[in-house]
Amino acid sequence: MLSRFWEFHGGVRLNRHKELSSEQPLAVAPIPKQLIYPLQQRGGLNSKALVAVGDQVLKGQIIAGDDHPLSVPTHAASSGVVTALEYRPVPHPSGLDGLCLVIDTDGLDRAVRTKSVKDFNHSKPDTLRRRIREAGVVGLGGAAFPTATKMNTGNRTIDLLVLNGAECEPYITCDDCLLRTTPDSVLQGAAILMRILGVERCIIAVEEDMPEAAQALEKAKLGGRPPSPPAPSPRFALPDGEGSKGVADATTYSNIEILKVPSKYPTGGEKQLIQVLTGREVPVRGIPADVGVVCQNVGTAAAVYAAVVEGAPLTSRIVTVTGPGVARPQNVVARIGTPIAELVAYCGGYTERAQRLIMGGPMMGLALPSDELPTIKSTNCILVADSDAVGGEKQALPCIRCGACSEACPVNLIPQQLYWHSRSDQLKKAQAYNLFDCIECGCCDYVCPSHIPLVQYFRAAKGRILDKQREQQKADHARLRFEARQARKEREKREKEEAARRKKEALAKAATDESPGRPPPSP
Amino acid sequence: MKPILSAPFSRDDTGVSAIMRKVLLALTPATVIGLLLFGWPALFLFVVTVGSALLWEALCLLLAGKAVRPTLLDYSALLTGWLVALSLPPWAPWWIGVTGSFIAIVVGKQVYGGLGQNLFNPAMLARVALLVSFPLEMTTWVNPLNAPGWADSWTIAFGGDFAFDSYTGATLLGHLKTEFSQGRGLSAAYASGGYGTLASWFGVTRGSLGETSAIALAGGGLWLLRQKVITWHIPVSLLATVIVLASLFTLIDGERYPGPLFHLGSGALMLVAFFIATDYVTSPSSPLGQLLFGAGCGAIIFLIRTWGAFPEGAGFAVLLMNSLTPVIDHYVRPRIYGRDLKGRPLELEGSQ
Repeated sequence: MLSRFWEFHGGVRLNRHKELSSEQPLAVAPIPKQLIYPLQQRGGLNSKALVAVGDQVLKGQIIAGDDHPLSVPTHAASSGVVTALEYRPVPHPSGLDGLCLVIDTDGLDRAVRTKSVKDFNHSKPDTLRRRIREAGVVGLGGAAFPTATKMNTGNRTIDLLVLNGAECEPYITCDDCLLRTTPDSVLQGAAILMRILGVERCIIAVEEDMPEAAQALEKAKLGGRPPSPPAPSPRFALPDGEGSKGVADATTYSNIEILKVPSKYPTGGEKQLIQVLTGREVPVRGIPADVGVVCQNVGTAAAVYAAVVEGAPLTSRIVTVTGPGVARPQNVVARIGTPIAELVAYCGGYTERAQRLIMGGPMMGLALPSDELPTIKSTNCILVADSDAVGGEKQALPCIRCGACSEACPVNLIPQQLYWHSRSDQLKKAQAYNLFDCIECGCCDYVCPSHIPLVQYFRAAKGRILDKQREQQKADHARLRFEARQARKEREKREKEEAARRKKEALAKAATDESPGRPPPSP
Repeated sequence: MKPILSAPFSRDDTGVSAIMRKVLLALTPATVIGLLLFGWPALFLFVVTVGSALLWEALCLLLAGKAVRPTLLDYSALLTGWLVALSLPPWAPWWIGVTGSFIAIVVGKQVYGGLGQNLFNPAMLARVALLVSFPLEMTTWVNPLNAPGWADSWTIAFGGDFAFDSYTGATLLGHLKTEFSQGRGLSAAYASGGYGTLASWFGVTRGSLGETSAIALAGGGLWLLRQKVITWHIPVSLLATVIVLASLFTLIDGERYPGPLFHLGSGALMLVAFFIATDYVTSPSSPLGQLLFGAGCGAIIFLIRTWGAFPEGAGFAVLLMNSLTPVIDHYVRPRIYGRDLKGRPLELEGSQ
């Protein structure tokens, strides 16, 4: 049979290590003693804390937020007292501390009232988007882009919604787990997102190595219920007994297709997945909506469903806690803000093999300095790796130009050229080879027989270029200000002279007026 | 917990040394055949060339203050010395081997900064430099399966008087060149030489130490393709270009121009197509660039063999195309995702 899919260039097949966590049932983590909320939002700005130290907060209460379009409100995931607003280490590539709100929980889990919409089919798209934003929903696949903003596609014509369940990174199984336990919430979320976009077609894509997830979706699509007894879900089966009461009226899911895409890393990359499903290529600097597609993670769809139908803000999610360094690898429903140490402790603590803590997967994850950091909305996985999983400390050898990196690059860049130029600080040349098109997927790095940390070089070069651009902007700004000041001084001088001249003329005129019989001076 | 590192944290196990080991393994059949055919002198020369290559490499690393062990263990110097040895006349004296590995390792590789930095293929640089500097030693071709005993072999390799005349003759390529220059045609040349037998495809013919067995070299090359150590682009375009040109000219004048099979089975063609032109460091990186590179090598080999002053042009062809590699790499780049061939962002359908 011919493949019904398109192919993207490059990519790699990886050892998946998914069975570590996927074979355990979904568990629900207890209320942590402390919840920590970094205030930094996308774009680097901090949102405003709306509570003060000493305030009592309830579960679901908005504790931070502002009006910036790339920022969404943060909600408390349990009730308690705000005990600090201070700088703490946060999960961010910069490694810098960030301003955090800290809540000491009281264990009572008292919640604010929520407003649910039983029948979203009569709500306006704008209303639905506003609810999604107010619920603090962001992309749960890893980028944490505000969902409501992404769903606002301007006047572009959209003909396809893609729900991304292609978890291509090794170890991570949280989306697989979500799809197996609560496929209904994803389908409902899809229906809501389709209504907002006004599209007739939706594809839910899972990897071919996730047959159970696909089966669960197909079953739910036909009106079947998820495996009974209803498994706990991130949204409607928290220990406080919020049952799954808000399921909307049966929607027909006939426009939703469930497709199993080939398991090749990075198929789950947004642009790669769109290419595989539709053959469409998103232009450089463009967004998927430019080619008529909006792509959301399946977890985001479930969060949208909870936000709209249950009025539940995004305060918890499924996190895969896994790796050879964890005693009981599994998927857990964790409150956002839970310190990683508490999650690991819930999963049986560290084993002797624990070497390194990674948030996300081994290909694109973030190495964490300590386990005191909190989980955030985009935390899909906590990977406690051993020295094997992190490839040991292999010595980098010279590049032999073998071209394995170019073969593996899903963007079809020439990583070895980028490497030469990044390494020697020839930033203009690196840009000429389109450094900024690099998606940092790590494929080149993975296949490099010389074990050169290519992506590290690329990130550093990008950072230096951005720094230079900022400096240039500052210099330009200063120059413009200086020039404006000069121009103003010049103008003021001219105006003064003009005024003095007029005054003189007026005086002269007055003098002549006083001597009748003579004609006024011609101008 | 270990200090901060950045992603990816996972790596494939294949390393440089694994790649080099596979290339060495692929060369082994042709090498063993060469050593069996040409006897003890060939083995002495082989050992001296490879051994001195390692010594030159170690010396350079010491002088440069670099760590010796990891670089020596990456097998790259071993491979370079090995390739130099294969391209030498089998009974060349020891100092040809030592000089050859000096040119390859010191002048061809370490002067540029070591592994991955060189512009020219080190083995071909050594071959061409030796050929131009020591034409007599580099064109003394011995008959296969005709090696003398241990003592005589020692004399051949390490010096002393030895009467070569009864052991030597011309290679097929050299023979043809001479015959043509004396105004004889191809059929006469074949008749007087007794060449072009099936045995010669397996290596039983006069030629360089490891180049005579076209079958063994092609077999090793195909295995490298299967192992994904090399891609098909360079071998296929190189051989196809030679085949097309040879077919074309032999159709024009069958007495003056030998056909494609003659070219495929003689000289350094197979070694170059699978093991030399495919050298990562000195060939272009993009598939299209590799096709151009291979075609260029093939065309120049054919040009030199047919009309040039030397009977074999493989070394010159590779060096010439090596010098064009940076230019090819500059102009031939793959189309990047989301951009057109010129690197501009893709235009949307329906937009102006």
